[in-house]
Amino acid sequence: MHELSICQSLLDQVERIAQDHRATRVERILLRVGPLSGVEPALLRNAYPLAAAGTIAESADLVIEAAPVRVHCKDCGAETDAAPNRLLCGACGGWQTRLISGDELLLANLELTIMDERHTAS
Amino acid sequence: MCETCGCNITPGNEHLVRGDGKLARTQDGRAAVTVLESLLSENDHQAAHNREHFDHLGTLALNLMSSPGAGKTSLLEATIEALAGRLRIAVIEGDLETENDAQRIRAKGVPAVQIATGSACHLDAHMVHDALHRLDLQGVDLLFIENVGNLVCPASFDLGQHRNVTLLSVPEGDDKPAKYPVMFRAADLVLCTKSDLLPVLPEFQPQRAEHYLRDVASVAPFETVSVRGEGGLGPWLHWLQEQLAAQRARLATGHSIRPAIQPDGARLHESRADPPAPRHHHHHGHAGDHAHHHRVGQHHD
Repeated sequence: MHELSICQSLLDQVERIAQDHRATRVERILLRVGPLSGVEPALLRNAYPLAAAGTIAESADLVIEAAPVRVHCKDCGAETDAAPNRLLCGACGGWQTRLISGDELLLANLELTIMDERHTAS
Repeated sequence: MCETCGCNITPGNEHLVRGDGKLARTQDGRAAVTVLESLLSENDHQAAHNREHFDHLGTLALNLMSSPGAGKTSLLEATIEALAGRLRIAVIEGDLETENDAQRIRAKGVPAVQIATGSACHLDAHMVHDALHRLDLQGVDLLFIENVGNLVCPASFDLGQHRNVTLLSVPEGDDKPAKYPVMFRAADLVLCTKSDLLPVLPEFQPQRAEHYLRDVASVAPFETVSVRGEGGLGPWLHWLQEQLAAQRARLATGHSIRPAIQPDGARLHESRADPPAPRHHHHHGHAGDHAHHHRVGQHHD
């Protein structure tokens, strides 16, 4: 539901980083999104072209890497996979767990086309 | 959160930011930049700023979240009455349209600012910041931020609050924590409201609701309350006093607190003492009318 505003926030970040690196184009954007971030990758993908129109990242590939839901058990120490609404330890069944992956909403990596500095220096 | 304090760096992605700091190249010659910033970093930055404002004034800020109609405003009305003369309260109300809720709160003699979000499904830190310019918090003990009624989106946005309170009303059904894990995981306190309806809605079992809450690994207290009749708010009022005292004690030692779980994790702050070298210029996207800094030594529990 709020994926468009997330996209706008993403593009603000991307434009700033592209500017810092004097990029002429943003080619690829890699996000890492977990199911517990509250953001739906498919909706993000749909919202992206609307938000990106007219920006330096207009034609960038938006790649969304899904982060798995993983928990660390405070009781038995095991690290196991879990379902988003059942974050119990897969080994002992305990509920005193800590989420170690699954709520990420990260801009992980950008690929940019940058003007070659050797040409601009002369 | 923010790149300066390195809270985006997890044991899982740490290897990506270590290295010589030069731009890597892809095979076809593009520059690859590792960023690892939360997509909500602008919001989170503003939220940190709001939190400093609250801490400066000694105000405890609480974010109330629930479905529409779970009884957030009724709870606030009853809370204001119960605490009258003991604690000073202010309220920020978020709804898509109308001033109705702010008017209800003002009728109880408490300052209230309404944020009409238009069609936005949640409050964000910038909206709260704007509202703060219309609300004098001097001498206010408790600020309640009543979020837009919605069990999905509000959970993703840090507003600068110290604690999240999620309401689950009896008519909604006891399996809401299983259906909306993101929201219930974010709660520092879950209030089961409208408990006076339990006798007519026996299919709602508070124990089962609490069980679903534990399934999402939440350690938040689960309390049953009602605004009808005498004494139905006891556990809630007790929690408020306890939280306020704890916050005052933290502020006295130069610390503050964030909700136990806020997306992109408070947990990441605590495991890392040294901030990583800045990877690029940190742009402050808000109007620079207040100087501020990232407070170190924030306490998370």
